[in-house]
Amino acid sequence: MAKCSDTVILNLWHPVGAIAEAAPGAVQETVLLEERLSFQVGVDGEPVVWRSRPDARGADQVPAADRLPARGAYGYVWTSLGSPPADLFPIPEYAEPDRRRLNAATFGVNVSAPRAIENFLDMGHFPYVHTDILGAEPHTEVKEYDVEISVDRDEILATRCRFFQPMASTASDGGADVDYVYRVPHPYCSVLYKSSPVDESRRDVIAIFLQPLDQEHVRAHLLLCVLDENSEDKVIKRFQQTIFGQDKPILENQFPKRLPLDPRAETPIRADKSAIAYRRWLSQKGVTYGVIPAAA
Amino acid sequence: MITLYDYELSGNCYKLRLLMSFLGIDHKTVPIDFYPGREHKSEWFLKLNPLGQLPVIEDDGLILRDAQAILVYLASKYDPSGKWYPRDNPALLGEISQWLAFADGITATASAARLHDALFYDFDIDAARAGAHRLFRILDEHLWFGEQQGRDWICSAAHPTIADIACFPYIMLSEEGGIPRQDYPAIRRWCDRVKRIKGFIVMSGVFPAGPARAAA
Ligand SMILES: N[C@@H](CCC(=O)N[C@@H](CS)C(=O)NCC(=O)O)C(=O)O
Ligand SMILES: [Fe+2]
Repeated sequence: MAKCSDTVILNLWHPVGAIAEAAPGAVQETVLLEERLSFQVGVDGEPVVWRSRPDARGADQVPAADRLPARGAYGYVWTSLGSPPADLFPIPEYAEPDRRRLNAATFGVNVSAPRAIENFLDMGHFPYVHTDILGAEPHTEVKEYDVEISVDRDEILATRCRFFQPMASTASDGGADVDYVYRVPHPYCSVLYKSSPVDESRRDVIAIFLQPLDQEHVRAHLLLCVLDENSEDKVIKRFQQTIFGQDKPILENQFPKRLPLDPRAETPIRADKSAIAYRRWLSQKGVTYGVIPAAA
Repeated sequence: MITLYDYELSGNCYKLRLLMSFLGIDHKTVPIDFYPGREHKSEWFLKLNPLGQLPVIEDDGLILRDAQAILVYLASKYDPSGKWYPRDNPALLGEISQWLAFADGITATASAARLHDALFYDFDIDAARAGAHRLFRILDEHLWFGEQQGRDWICSAAHPTIADIACFPYIMLSEEGGIPRQDYPAIRRWCDRVKRIKGFIVMSGVFPAGPARAAA
């Protein structure tokens, strides 16, 4: 498979690993867009990322000119193989001091990044895949919701989403109608907001950041930024891992693995309103990596 | 009450949750942050199991590790029907032990492949997959011949035993390690039978039997 030549994707910031799991000073090896990368987080928390090479055993042996753009954000190290924008998309809630901020896990998944985003946006699978947690029969209907492509923010926004959930989070004490907002601020990242069981004026934030290893394999980084004063970290992580573990076989059995962007390629049942907007947005951007572009 | 030191995505822990569900016995769960926290290698956990592995149970002051050993213990102690581990049938006990050891081989191959692909363990992925296929081929043939003789389960009994429980999880999860099961039709039919045992529960990544034949 040829390495990535999609300049839209090359010029983005991509996550490569959780800072919490990177021992200070230790070199981590990973892959991004078919390139082998090494990264290291200093004791000061500042990440250094470079294209792996045998003569560099640590960041101090990599001259500044050979380093890739790097930044720490939302608990992860981000880098780029091209010229990334000055800013990463904002998640203002991340700065709120009373939130629990955790990397629930980083999982390897045999799926394209866009297929994983599309599944993340789809509420229709809740009762069938996340039975008795995020959904339950007979509450299977996805009620009408709104989707827009925000031009000034260059992101997809789905609002007024509602779903009945038996166990919306670790802080839930029973079933509830839960409000959702979804954002797709990056072709391979999505952020969702759902009603908090502990404070009705605020929302829990859960994000999925996909690190494309190649067109059909990702590392999925799961960020939690939730309101829960009682549960231990590992209990909060376990809840999200359970949910993602249920999605995993579904994601890995998608066919074709790359997301078809031609509006006629798949039936509207699989591609609901937010999925249609997402596919259109990727087409407009000219994304070709991880997708099957629409015939011109 | 039985305490299970548990990680949701572990097939070995699931073996014990499954048996306890089949037997209808209650237990307490202590969640272990196996990934990414590596809590099973922490100092306090190594005191419980110096091998640094899940699962472990604690029952009446007894601390026991190894999924297969725990299946033997729980079935011997808590199954009044005596079917899951028939203590008075030497030939059957021998067969069960044979397949419990085989199940550990499935852990060493199919589970290792899944840990490599999903959790980035540094294993030889080709060797793990090839090893799993070799075991699946042997089990598929064994189950196919069993079906010809009217035997539905791994061991020579008219009912499932703990050998079926021990082999089931990492076969069901094999695709997460890049090990497809389409060439093992007898395994697929057996998996479906396991899912229809009264009291069956799922784990994350394993789905219930389809409704199509549920009424049958
Ligand atoms: N023979 C053991 C194997 C257990 C095993 O491999 N457990 C995994 C989790 S499912 C583990 O803890 N691995 C960590 C390690 O081996 O270091 C059993 O059946 O319980
Ligand atoms: Fe899901």
